[in-house]
Amino acid sequence: MIPLSWYLIFAAALFSIGLFGVLSRKNAVAILMGVELMLNAVNVNLIAFWRYLSFETMAGQVFAVIVFAVAASEVAVGLALVISVYRRRQSIVADDINLLKY
Amino acid sequence: MTTETLIWLIPLPPLLAFFLIVLFTNRSRGLSHTIAIGAAFLSWLGSMVVFLRAIQTHELGKHPFSASIPWLPLGEGWFSIGVLIDPLGAATLFFVAWTILMIFIYSVGYHNYGQPEGDHDRKGLPPHGATVVDEHGHQHTVPSVEPMYSRFFAFIGLFAFGMYLLVVSDNLLTLFVGWEIMGLCSYLLIGFWYGKPSARAAMIKAFITTRVGDVFMLLGIAYLYSQTGTLNFREILYSQEVLDSLASTPSYIAGLSAAALIGILLFIGTVGKSAQFPLHVWLPDAMEGPTPVSAMIHAATMVSAGVYMVIRIFPLLSAGSHHGALTAPMIVMAIIGAGTALFAATIAVAQNDIKRVLAYSTISQLGYMVAALGIGAYIAAAFHLITHAFFKALLFLGSGSVIHGMEHGVLHTDDHIDPQNMLNMGGLRKKMPITFWTFLIGGFALAGFPLVTAGFWSKDEILADAFGHAHYGVFITLALAALLTAFYTMRQITLTFLGEPRTKAAEHAQETPWTMTLPLVILAVFAVSAGWVGIPEHFPLLGGVVPNWFHEFVGETLLEKPKGVEFNPIPLLTSIVVALGGIYLGWLVYRNVKAGEVDPLEKPLGALYPVLRNKYYFDELYELIFIRPSIWVSEVFTYLWIDRKFIDGILHVVADVSVKVGAFLRNYIDKPVVNGSGDLVADVTKSSGRSMRVIQTGRIQQYMMMALVGFVVLSGIFYYIVQRMGVQ
Amino acid sequence: MMSPLQVIFILVSAITLGAALMVVTTRNMVRAALWLVLALFGVAILFVLLEAGFFAVAQVIIYIGAIAILMIFAIMLTRRIAQDPGPQINSTWPLAAVIALAIFGLIVLFIQGWDKTMSTPPALPDGFAPLSDLGVALVSANQYLIPFEVASILLLAALIGAIIIAWDRK
Repeated sequence: MIPLSWYLIFAAALFSIGLFGVLSRKNAVAILMGVELMLNAVNVNLIAFWRYLSFETMAGQVFAVIVFAVAASEVAVGLALVISVYRRRQSIVADDINLLKY
Repeated sequence: MTTETLIWLIPLPPLLAFFLIVLFTNRSRGLSHTIAIGAAFLSWLGSMVVFLRAIQTHELGKHPFSASIPWLPLGEGWFSIGVLIDPLGAATLFFVAWTILMIFIYSVGYHNYGQPEGDHDRKGLPPHGATVVDEHGHQHTVPSVEPMYSRFFAFIGLFAFGMYLLVVSDNLLTLFVGWEIMGLCSYLLIGFWYGKPSARAAMIKAFITTRVGDVFMLLGIAYLYSQTGTLNFREILYSQEVLDSLASTPSYIAGLSAAALIGILLFIGTVGKSAQFPLHVWLPDAMEGPTPVSAMIHAATMVSAGVYMVIRIFPLLSAGSHHGALTAPMIVMAIIGAGTALFAATIAVAQNDIKRVLAYSTISQLGYMVAALGIGAYIAAAFHLITHAFFKALLFLGSGSVIHGMEHGVLHTDDHIDPQNMLNMGGLRKKMPITFWTFLIGGFALAGFPLVTAGFWSKDEILADAFGHAHYGVFITLALAALLTAFYTMRQITLTFLGEPRTKAAEHAQETPWTMTLPLVILAVFAVSAGWVGIPEHFPLLGGVVPNWFHEFVGETLLEKPKGVEFNPIPLLTSIVVALGGIYLGWLVYRNVKAGEVDPLEKPLGALYPVLRNKYYFDELYELIFIRPSIWVSEVFTYLWIDRKFIDGILHVVADVSVKVGAFLRNYIDKPVVNGSGDLVADVTKSSGRSMRVIQTGRIQQYMMMALVGFVVLSGIFYYIVQRMGVQ
Repeated sequence: MMSPLQVIFILVSAITLGAALMVVTTRNMVRAALWLVLALFGVAILFVLLEAGFFAVAQVIIYIGAIAILMIFAIMLTRRIAQDPGPQINSTWPLAAVIALAIFGLIVLFIQGWDKTMSTPPALPDGFAPLSDLGVALVSANQYLIPFEVASILLLAALIGAIIIAWDRK
């Protein structure tokens, strides 16, 4: 059988890749993609813990459901922001969006 | 709704009305009085429901309606407050609810609702009348509406709240709260027309005089609490154990027991509130307020509250008494009560102001109740409290109606006389028939007209009790007071209503509107019928026809129901003779007083008359003993010597030194050190901010990287620590 | 010797991680989105291996069916030409890589220090129905009703917010 640690290490790797995407990509949509990868890593963790440690209580699954909802909301609002910014500034490069500069 | 819930709710509507009127509706007269009367009506309704349930309850004295909640956390428990309605409370609630509702309704007419605004009326002064032009072009002066109409209803709402709170309380503390709320309201209402200097003086006098009594009462409450650890009536008054221990604990003051000392201290509160000698001086001056206030204070609520309180604590007052012997507080009460009853009655004979006569008669009647309680006639005192509340409220409202009618005449004829002086009246029975007949009923009840009036039965019971228990001194004093009461009451009726009008204003007096006469009629019904519930069983002919319900009902309030006294014809004959004799004498002396004549008693009484007229010079005496010295102390001793010379001198020295120290600190410490370092900090902050702002790139990914670098470092440290701990 | 399940796991996770790497590095945004679809699909297979069939289906429907497609639309709406010229990676990417690796290392360290990592999944009892249990748990007042309702309000707020933000007011 598959040990729990395999899932955890897989999730950690997926999380780190997503994080790298978030930190390094220029395109705002690509940043959102990185965020999605990170959220997926979390979901893998939640489901794995549920299956391995406490499948009687549904806490892990319920949290995964809520992560789904958060991910959907985040993408909806995030993409709306991207489109809105693009409409005003003709660019979605994250570095160009620096109104809060000193 | 359970009865207990209902009792909790009874005091609330007037309080709510107070806040509603003060905060929201004070600009609308109609809305304000609707709210106030509506609230009084709700409380009345609740009171009547509670009263009806109370009289249907079997053995209410043993199982009264009571409920309490923990209120104040104390060291070893809670101080609970709650409501309690036992037979005494139910009877009190009955008369309080009726009189308060009647007074509220009466106030609408008294303050000339619906009349035009006055020509020169100002806030703080009574209305002076308004000029109107009728359809024929004639100018008339008519009464004008009270300028502070809404404020009046707000105040009496608060007053009613205080009284209801006092009646439903199950402990001395909330009773005291209600007591003090009424003290405040009486201050505000006596000085309602604060533009008049006499009203201002009266309000201060009433407040300070009652305060003297209240301080002693508070001492008594504190002493009681320290001795028993509770202020709940039932825990103290209905437990023989507590009463015995109080009666056997010495207080180290004047050889009294703790129970006696507490009883006397609490009784001093009553002396102030119910205007007993020597704190009676405030009550006649309190007539400066509007007449409904006089009725409210002197009949329905405040002075009754004082007597109600001592009746309530009667088991404590009589604690330690053996075989009917009188305890120390009871002796004090008997002496003060009987003395006040006679003393105030003599003063009332020589007063010409229609309201002042009633004020002194109130003091006298309260003395009756206190004396009755002093000789142990518990039920008779409670009975007289209730009948008196009805007929005295009736008399006050009636006198207000008379004054109102006279004021109408004064405005109409432009004849500037004092509308309250009885020598200016006469013959009003034809002008104001409803007022006359109701006033006559109230007056006869006060005089104790035999058999038909309520006052006769309650007064007769007190006299019978005094005679039956062989307290002959009290008996004779009270009988004399009763004679004088009948005399001055008839004098008042004769001067006011009978004979011919002595002034033009009296000729043009007019009956008052229905809002004023309706309460008179209702109260008159009670002034007659309230006595029938307490006819003694062994009374000739009438006894036993109607059961002595009041004795049975209120008697249950005590642990041991007191026995009725044996019937004896001597007190009965005495009370009939003094009542009828006094009435006849009063009529005989005053039937032929003509306009401009002096009082027919002035000559035969000689030097005594001015003494009575000036109330035994008590005001002057107090002025000399208390007021002058305290003014001297405050103006000369405290102000001139202590304040100006001593304290100011110290202050000047302190001020000079401070100024010098301040100058030194400023020049040598503040400017170089404090300011300098402040500037330094500012400069450093500014320059470091300037150099550090470059990291504010506005690029979200860089911020995130910085945050994560911090996170990684912190996690590494954390992991390191966890590992080390795990090794150990 | 590895069991068939272990072989499947290693294959799927390798493909997933590879796809994820392509997502964050490839220059063409449309291709990146397609790689994302593949990565998400791999995660769905892992859910199947974890005996959470509902989440596998939900993953396909929500992530691939909705989110990934939404992203492709966003990419197409925000490009003036079909190409993505120039580098798509910030100049600070080495620092980002170091941070990501450090976090990965930290997580692995923590996993190693924990004693339950080598446990195998307990057998599910006969007739165990996680889907209906999940449904009950989400709507029971003494379990997760309130988080569930809060999530629904969050979705509603996101819906309205997205409309307001993306509204073309011209």
